Amino acid sequence: MRLEIKKTYKLFIGGKFPRSESGRIYKVNNHKGDFLANVAKASRKDVRDSVVVARSAQSGWAGASAYNRGQVLYRIAEMLEGRREQFVAEIRELTGKSEKQANQEVDNAIDSWVWHAGWTDKIESVAGNMNPVAGPFFNISTNQPTGVVAAFAPQDSALVGLVNTIAPAIVSGNSVIVVTSESLPLAAVTLAEVLETSDLPGGVVNILTGNAKELGSWLASHMDVNAIDLEGISNAAELEMLAAETLKRVIRPGTYSRSAAKGALQHILDFMEIKTVWHPKGN
Amino acid sequence: MFDYAPAPESRDLVKFQDSYGHFIGGKFTKPSNTYGTINPATEETLAQISHGTAKDVDAAVKAARNAYEKTWSKLDGATRGKYLYRIARIIQERSRELAVAETLNNGKPIKETRDADIPLAASWFFYYAGWADKLDYAGLGPNPMAHGVAAQVVPWNFPLMMLAWKIAPALAAGNTVVLKPAETTPLSALLFAEICQQAELPDGVVNIVTGFGDTGAELFDHSDINKVAFTGSTNVGKIIAKQIAGTNKKATLELGGKAANIVFEDAALDQAVEGIVNGIFFNQGHVCCAGSRLLVQESVQDVLIKKLKARMENIRLGDPMDKNTDIGAINSKAQLTKIDRLVKQGVKEGGQSWAPTCAMPKNGFWYAPTIITGVAPTNTVAREEIFGPVLSVMTFRTPAEAVAKANNSQYGLSAGVWTEKGSRILKMADQLNAGVVWANTYNQFDPASPFGGFKESGYGREGGRHGLLSYLKGSH
Repeated sequence: MRLEIKKTYKLFIGGKFPRSESGRIYKVNNHKGDFLANVAKASRKDVRDSVVVARSAQSGWAGASAYNRGQVLYRIAEMLEGRREQFVAEIRELTGKSEKQANQEVDNAIDSWVWHAGWTDKIESVAGNMNPVAGPFFNISTNQPTGVVAAFAPQDSALVGLVNTIAPAIVSGNSVIVVTSESLPLAAVTLAEVLETSDLPGGVVNILTGNAKELGSWLASHMDVNAIDLEGISNAAELEMLAAETLKRVIRPGTYSRSAAKGALQHILDFMEIKTVWHPKGN
Repeated sequence: MFDYAPAPESRDLVKFQDSYGHFIGGKFTKPSNTYGTINPATEETLAQISHGTAKDVDAAVKAARNAYEKTWSKLDGATRGKYLYRIARIIQERSRELAVAETLNNGKPIKETRDADIPLAASWFFYYAGWADKLDYAGLGPNPMAHGVAAQVVPWNFPLMMLAWKIAPALAAGNTVVLKPAETTPLSALLFAEICQQAELPDGVVNIVTGFGDTGAELFDHSDINKVAFTGSTNVGKIIAKQIAGTNKKATLELGGKAANIVFEDAALDQAVEGIVNGIFFNQGHVCCAGSRLLVQESVQDVLIKKLKARMENIRLGDPMDKNTDIGAINSKAQLTKIDRLVKQGVKEGGQSWAPTCAMPKNGFWYAPTIITGVAPTNTVAREEIFGPVLSVMTFRTPAEAVAKANNSQYGLSAGVWTEKGSRILKMADQLNAGVVWANTYNQFDPASPFGGFKESGYGREGGRHGLLSYLKGSH
């Protein structure tokens, strides 16, 4: 009998797959409690490295055309579809879901990428405005990505919750540092492999496995993070207080559903800033 | 320079009561726990104002909740709109009185209250009146809902206009409000309470509680408010954001700024000089979006500064009630002290300050229009909001350097760009991290145009359709 080759589950930072700088790991069991893998346990240094690469990747990603960003997001859906079996297997192993339930979750994850892909070049049509001001001025309001987003994926979802946390942040041109579900991290690392092969520039999505509560305060108080999504965090009020110190945009837990085959426009807009430009009209 | 004869507006256009209570549930309470509010141009006491306590705040929130449950949320949008139209009309009718009241209590020139503050306040109500029966088109899907009771605290720099920015969209969306004006400028809000009575606005839909920061803190802390809206300093904004952490309260925060006003060598320089002057000396520089950092392309620095100084020699500082006055009084002694301290610090850190010679009135609080040249990006006056008539001047060589310097700030409220090259305007507008970009103009405001900041200048927008969304939620 051939011995199976098992995967080493590492972090995803700047388009690369490093171990935690700290060398720390934690044990992940399957739904029956049997050992599955040793997963990298991200540290404060990993958080800081992620913010640095997320910041440097952000302007390029935001500067890509909306058409281009849409195609990259669609490409993620294509890659995910191609590796469906692996995700179904990981979800089942981790959660004990039936094959049908696991397939449904993967369907929703793929379809949500497609739903988000279609928004890139429509956000402005729906959420921007020409403003009829009472004077001889051209006046337009547009939406611009807020910058670097820190996010905590829901703890009870192996894949679709993570997708519905990442996609609304990056669709408009933000970069994101996402902390996965602590107990269900394997599909997240596999998703990183999908992202890595989808023409997504390195650093736009950074995935940290580990203890959300431990990593939370470092992300919430980081001076170079613009917005924070507290969905999967247990001490949300505490982190909202830390985030207030730099007036980060905050999404409180439970604001948006993360399990469907689509997201919410308002979720996308929560990571965007409205900019209004005036210019006189004249000869 | 021409000599101007005095042209004072009539003080008799407004009569204040000796003392004011709070406006709660459609009635004024008995004045209590009072302090004097003054005219900062003369230091004369105008009226006694009640310093609101937790008990007053609670009564006001209860009145607002009651009005929300029993009256306001049951009215159809068209009727809510009609009340707002009435308010807009009464502000227009009483505009001279309101302008005088505002100038007396704030110290800003009558030409500004007459031509900007009061007309904009009226237009804000007129604009949002029309939204009240069109909420389905706001962008949140059918049947969007109000939050409920909105708690609002406004600053002293545009007292009535800021009140209008807060109350008009809140009421149009179907919320009721408790508003606290700034401690130094409560009078126009109290006149506005009378206007609500004249408009026969149902009792409790608008409640005004006067007082200091502790009154505002009590208000935002109240467990029965659903929405928080604040305009003021970034430091207080952070305190508020902490205060509401972990609650369901939604927040709109309009905070500080340190806007870059960027002048390229190909700009129409005379026009740019007018824009620079308007950008920093309008309202004594007591403007969160003031163009307080002048970024001038190195090649035109000398000629631009020469023109700017010549223009500043013609700025008229003095009696705010005089129709020819450009710069009035600083709003308070505390603010004057702060401006003075920051300018001294900026000079200590290597800046050179210059101001035209102008005669200062004997009483009141005054600060001459000032520019500080040779300012390094690390200088305190390049980083901290001064909130006074003080312009910090820096230079740049390339558009990329201008963007880098402009964005090198904790703030992101506004920016100005002066160039005759259209493609450059569009690229700069894309790259500047600011909620409002004025190109070849500055300090334009309109109820149809969203206003608000990036980064530590706050979040949420006021004005336009986006401003309406700050007071609505989807009914999903």
